[in-house]
Amino acid sequence: MTDHASGPDEQPESRRDFLYLTAGLFTGAGAALALWPFIHSMNPSADVLALSTTEVDISPVEVGQSITVIWQKKPVFIRRRTAEEIEVAEQEPLADLPDPESDADRVIKPEWLVVVGVCTHLGCIPLGQKPSEVRGEWDGWFCPCHGSHYDTSGRIRKGPAPTNLPVPKYEFVDDTTLLIG
Amino acid sequence: MSAHTQPSGSSGNGLVKWIDSRLPVFTYLQKEYGEFPAPRNFNYWWNFGAILTFMLVLMIFTGIFLAMQYTPHVDLAFDSVERIMRDVNYGWLLRYMHANGATFFFIAVYIHIFRGLYYGSYKNPRELLWIFGVVILVLMMATAFMGYVLPWGQLSLWGATVITNLFSAIPLVGDAVVTWLWGGFVVDNPTLNRFFSLHFLLPFVIFGVVVLHVIALHVTGSNNPLGIDPKGPQDTIPFHPYYTAKDSFGLAIWVTLFAAVVFFAPNFFGEPENYLKANPLVTPAEIVPEWYFLPFFAILRSVDFNVWFIDAKLGGVIAMFGSILLLFVVPWLDRSKVRSARFRPIYKWFFWILILDCFLLGFVGAHSPADQVFDGVEGLLFIDLGHVGTAWYFIHFLVLLPVLGMVEKPKPLPTSIAEPVLGGGQAATGAAAKPMEKA
Repeated sequence: MTDHASGPDEQPESRRDFLYLTAGLFTGAGAALALWPFIHSMNPSADVLALSTTEVDISPVEVGQSITVIWQKKPVFIRRRTAEEIEVAEQEPLADLPDPESDADRVIKPEWLVVVGVCTHLGCIPLGQKPSEVRGEWDGWFCPCHGSHYDTSGRIRKGPAPTNLPVPKYEFVDDTTLLIG
Repeated sequence: MSAHTQPSGSSGNGLVKWIDSRLPVFTYLQKEYGEFPAPRNFNYWWNFGAILTFMLVLMIFTGIFLAMQYTPHVDLAFDSVERIMRDVNYGWLLRYMHANGATFFFIAVYIHIFRGLYYGSYKNPRELLWIFGVVILVLMMATAFMGYVLPWGQLSLWGATVITNLFSAIPLVGDAVVTWLWGGFVVDNPTLNRFFSLHFLLPFVIFGVVVLHVIALHVTGSNNPLGIDPKGPQDTIPFHPYYTAKDSFGLAIWVTLFAAVVFFAPNFFGEPENYLKANPLVTPAEIVPEWYFLPFFAILRSVDFNVWFIDAKLGGVIAMFGSILLLFVVPWLDRSKVRSARFRPIYKWFFWILILDCFLLGFVGAHSPADQVFDGVEGLLFIDLGHVGTAWYFIHFLVLLPVLGMVEKPKPLPTSIAEPVLGGGQAATGAAAKPMEKA
């Protein structure tokens, strides 16, 4: 036994304390590691991750029309914008925006706006894809859950949503085919 | 650390005291798992209670996570299990732990039962403790059987068909019972759905009966290898740290063996046939149950003759269920007052013969009854071995146990547990009952 007692009141550190501590730490670390497979099994599995890209034929979409496609089981809004809509989106002073981002940074071709159609507030799907639906005060989208208004660039203008509708990673494979993801 | 070794639950910090004065869980744990006086002479066969507790928790834990990924539908179940194996993160590990966990659970429970049979742990005053144990065994068998159906492979379907058809042997209402069990006219989606529901439920029922088993154990106290009662503090030691340490060591070895199978031979105990999706129109050439049911399967098939008005089918079913239910009355079949086989010179031999008999029945259960035991040796068929093994099983319990209690002359029992352990009887009692001190 090692006796490193520095004062008469202090318990000496014993060999047994050391064994308790190392055995306890070893068991604790082992148990924590053994938990990981259980926790990780709840993360997206390989077949879920395999849904990561979606190819879209955009040739039938007319100017002024919108379509909704599914990417990773989420709706993606693709809007072929009119000249006025593009102009309004580009002219908007950034200072007026809650989440400042220029329209040019949100599109590859100005005619095609591609955004994830999930409200950044609490995950509802905003209205505005069909001509019959409410588009909000900025003529983009309007979320019926808590009243968030998005403009023609999918940027948040009014309401509780904190950020703009996100732009997914995408590219134009050719003039009429879009690859999302 | 010191909180665990102090003699009452009143120690510990403020929060512990606050809770303990309102719900005395810490006092309880201290009393039942800390200072609980256990006979000082446990050998490693007494590890299996702790090992079984670990296995039950592991099965429930892996099962809950598997159920998050599994789909109980005849069209989707098989593929959902393949998805668990291929796509779910660590899904292969969860499934292999669960499947081989059943095997190791049964190995442990059989060792635990034979430990009880050898050392007479079922005798007065532990009869109810034993009965709870047999209830757990029956529930485990039902749970394991239904769990094996869930992957919906060929043996899942046909095993379920054969086992549920056992109930058709019941006179008059048999067919109605089977239709009710199936929820249809064959084993199908309704059957799979109810098996999934019950397979999820029963482990928690088992857990409840385990609690009763442990409470009953803590009323009577543990038996021990000598089978005599502790006569005082010199015969016992506190459960913690002595048996927590011994159990941990045994458990570590057990888990090492388990891990070796899970990682290096995960399909050793499985049947390749069950990796084929269930086909209701084709029965596999041979239906073999999981290894832990083989002895009972052998008993079922060994009754191939009619007895009076009981036909072979009903007779086999009665024999099979009887071989399990028999265990409930073992405390009353065994007339000997001496618990441990160490002091029963004749019973000891018959105990080992019973073990061999169970292995023999397992061997018979794994083969087709009409096959020859030895190639080239005419005449000896597996059904013959099955007859002998089955007869001996019932003779052991129904004839030998009662008769031995009357005719066997036991060896003299030691006067106390401490005597043979310490060699000096009552004298060397110094450190016996004290909790371990800081060394």
